[in-house]
Order: sequence, then structure tokens, then C-alpha cells
Amino acid sequence: MGDEPEARGAFPPTRWSAVVAARSGDAVERRIGLERIAAAYWKPVFKLLRVRWSKSREDAEELTQEFFARLIEKDFLAGFDPAKGRLRTYLRTCVDALAMNDQRDARRLKRGGDRELVSLDFEMAEGELARGGPPASERSDDLFEKEWVRSLLALALAQLRKECEARGKTTPYRLFERYDVADLDPRPTYAQLASELGIASTDVTNHLAWARREFRRITLATLRDMTASEEEFRREARALLGTEIERK
Amino acid sequence: MDDNRWLSDATVRRLQETVDAPDFSGTRYRLVRRVGRGGMGSVYLAEDPSLARLVALKVLDVDDARGDLAERLVQEARILARLEHPGIVPVHDVGRLSDGRVFYAMRFVEGERLDRHVAARPGLPERMRLFLRVCEAVAFAHSRGVLHRDLKPENVMVGPFGEVLVMDWGIAKLLRDAAAPPGAATSAGAAEDRADRTGHGSVLGTPGFMSPEQERGETDTLDARSDVWALGAVLRSLLPGDPPAPLRAVCAMATAEHPAARYASALDLAADVTRYLDGRRVQAYRERLLERGRRLYANHRVAFWLVATYLVVRGALLVFLRR
Repeated sequence: MGDEPEARGAFPPTRWSAVVAARSGDAVERRIGLERIAAAYWKPVFKLLRVRWSKSREDAEELTQEFFARLIEKDFLAGFDPAKGRLRTYLRTCVDALAMNDQRDARRLKRGGDRELVSLDFEMAEGELARGGPPASERSDDLFEKEWVRSLLALALAQLRKECEARGKTTPYRLFERYDVADLDPRPTYAQLASELGIASTDVTNHLAWARREFRRITLATLRDMTASEEEFRREARALLGTEIERK
Repeated sequence: MDDNRWLSDATVRRLQETVDAPDFSGTRYRLVRRVGRGGMGSVYLAEDPSLARLVALKVLDVDDARGDLAERLVQEARILARLEHPGIVPVHDVGRLSDGRVFYAMRFVEGERLDRHVAARPGLPERMRLFLRVCEAVAFAHSRGVLHRDLKPENVMVGPFGEVLVMDWGIAKLLRDAAAPPGAATSAGAAEDRADRTGHGSVLGTPGFMSPEQERGETDTLDARSDVWALGAVLRSLLPGDPPAPLRAVCAMATAEHPAARYASALDLAADVTRYLDGRRVQAYRERLLERGRRLYANHRVAFWLVATYLVVRGALLVFLRR
């Protein structure tokens, strides 16, 4: 039962959270924190506007930029109290309020489209919406939460790839990609993977176990980054693991 | 932000499972499937190949940075280890998985929750028999200085042979150090104190099955009568809509607002329920003369009729002889 923090997936306090950084008095630290939040949330925001609020692609792009511009420039997170709720719920409420105001206001708001503060690949997000097919209207309430999970896992996967490359662990990552990530039907057997990579089946088992353990650690670390307290982290972990969303 | 690639719904589900599934490599257990999810962790069915048996593994969902939940889970295992009783699930092992999560292994209980079990069995005597087994297990824990603090029908399992097991000792409290090896109670007690204090403003327990003093967060002064209150609530949940007056009185006494007005122990409560089942006078209920007559008649029906017949025959004989 070692207590070494990294081994247990815990981080020292200075790395605790992008949310804490985003609410810091230091402008540079705040900006870095907000950019990390934007990286995890911009797709859920854009897709929520496109699907739930039926915004045109152009309007959704401009509103998404507007949302994150306000987040970065106008101390948007000052109104967020971690003791009262989750960041995810707070951001969702802010997006809904922004969309509602936009809808109510016949005059087009001066949005952030011409002052891009964060670089967002809307082309890709639009393509993803098309690939996933139009969500059924009854599911659109879950859309933000599901896209948040998707976005978080994608960030964790990218981090796993970077870390594996940096540590020369390309084989475990390739196996993880082939077995756990790729949409292959049927999924390859361990024996097939072993034959493809010229390694023993037991090595496939060991490499995959290692990669899964690392992916778990990185995913939970990414989640910690998006929460402001241990309590919020635990609740969000349950949502990430699928139990809360399933219950809806 | 090119890293934010799109993952299909199927991939998202697989990756969620990857994050969720406990990594049993490095332990002697083999994962079979998840069988339940509780407040702070999940319970998995696993195989222990060395002993060729199935076990249940309770595993934390996530590793907590401060270690409060891990301490609480270890404490739960230690408490279970000191409670060797047929009505309390035995613990086999405690440890940490390679992914950092704490777990403990216990006997895999096949059966169903008490509330579901009794829903299909309306017979009052059978329900009371199960309730008495719960009281006995709780009384045993009290004798070892342990309060359960979360007694409710969902935390009682009934096995295929009618065995009753009190489960989920996750928020149990050590009252004193009886029967503990030197040093063990102290550390467990410290963990308990921290768990209570770090309850994030919430009171530990289940509304409706929590004594008033537990609901008020008076953790330092709780004693066995707090569990007696919960047992009273469990008993009430087992009774039919229009229960017999004596059993209603038993519930009322067990769940009295003030601890001093309750049964002093789980065994006292069980004794009163047993009196009801045996047709004797229940301590909690002051019966009227007519009710007493009915109870005595129900208990001594044969003797009553024998005496009545004797008296009638004797009376008839006297009348006949006087003629």
C-alpha cells in the first residue's frame, strides 16, 4: 500500500486543477487554466449549440468563440462556486443562457468570431456531428454530458500517445490502439496481435495491461484537472465511468 | 487542439470500461463480472484460483487523493475481520490493486436483498424470523464494540437456505477497543474520526433509517440505541400495512425520539418480538383486558375447551343427580 502520489494517480497540489488555475489572481496562470478548460469543453459547447439549440453552423461557431472569449476575457468563472456545483453543470448553464439571450435578441450580438482567442477546429467538429448522425431529440439533453465524456477520453488518449512516444513505449500504445480504440469487427485476438507484431501472446497481455493502467491514470488526472475539489472529482469520475449518464 | 480526435460511441464505451475495470494483475484474483455498485465503490465477483472458489471483491471506484475513502474501506475490512458471526459476511483479504485502488475480498453471498426477499413472501412469522436473525448479528457486533450505522433492508442479504447476512459495514463505528489486537483499534478509530469529519458536510447514513441523533451528526455520543432505532425502522418496513397493535408498539418503542425511551439493546428488541411470536405479553404494549383475554384464549385454546367441557359436563351431571 505505497503512498507514493504518482503511483496512486494523485497529483501534488500545484498540479491540482485547471479550474483552480482559471480562478487564480495571476493573469498568466488564469489564461493557461482557461485554455485547458476550453480544450476539454469546446466540442461539447459547439455540438450543444448545433443540436440542442438548432443553431446554424456559422452561428454555433460564432457563439462558441464568444463563449470562450468571455470565459477568458471577462472572468466568467468568478460566478462559479465549487462548493455549490460542478464546473460541467455551471458551463452548461452558461452556454444555455448565452444561446437563450442570442435567440431572444433579434439584433445579432457582437460575437467573438472576428477575435479568435482560442483556435478551434470547427470543420472537424462539424464532421463528427455528421459521422455520429443526427441525435434523436429525446437524447439531446444528454448530448453535452456525452460529448464531454468523449472529449475527455480523447484528450487522455492523446496524452497517452505522447507519453508512450516519449518513453519509447510504442508497442503497448499500438496494441492499445488496435485492441481497445479501433472500431474493428470482429476485434483481433491476442494471438493475431502477437503474430502481427512478432511478439509472444503473453507479451500482448502484459503490454495491454500496462497501457490500460496508464490510460486509467491519465484519464483520472485529466478529470482532476477539470474539477475544483475532491468531492467534485469523485462525482465526475462516476459520470465519466458511465453510471450517472446511464441512470438518466 | 488537434489531439481532440473523435471517438465512436462504441470506443467511448470500451474506454469507459477500461477506466472502470479494476486491474487485478499482481493479485491472486481473476475478474468475473461486476455485481453491484455502492456509495464509494463497486463489488465484483472474482475467482480465487488458489482455493478454487468465488469471492466478492469490494473495490474503490477511484483512488482518492487524501486517502479518506481508502482508509474507510480498510477500516471496514478490519471491522468485519473482528466480527466472526454467521450473520455477518466474513472478510478474507485486504490490499491495493496495481492501479492504486484499495480492495478487500469477502465471501460471495448468493441471495437477495431483504426488501426484495420479503416482497414475495407475505407471511409475518417468516419475516419476523428473518428480523430476529438481523437483531442477533447486530447485537453481536455491539458486543464487540461496533455500531453499524447504516442498517436498512437493502443492506441485509437472505441466502438460498434462509441464512441472513448483515452487509455493508462501510460507515460502521468502533465504540471501544474490545477484542481488537493491540494498536489496531487505535488506527481504525483514527480513520473513522477522519472519515466522519471529512464527510463533506453530509451526515453519513440513510434518511429514514437513521436515528435522530445520528441525523443531527452527534457521532461522538452514538451508542447501540442508535442502531436499535434503525432496527425499528427495518421492522416497520417488514410489517404489513395494518400491523398487529403489539408489533406497532414495538416499532414505536424502538424508534422513540429519545434513546432512553428505546430498547436498551438489539437483544431486548429481539426478545420483545419473540414474545409476540410466542403469544406472550409484549413489553412495549399495554394491552386491554379484552385483548389479554383473546391472547390467553389463543394460546390456551385446548385447555380452555377442556375446562369448559369439564364444567358443562359436571354441571349437567349435578342437575341430573338432583332430579
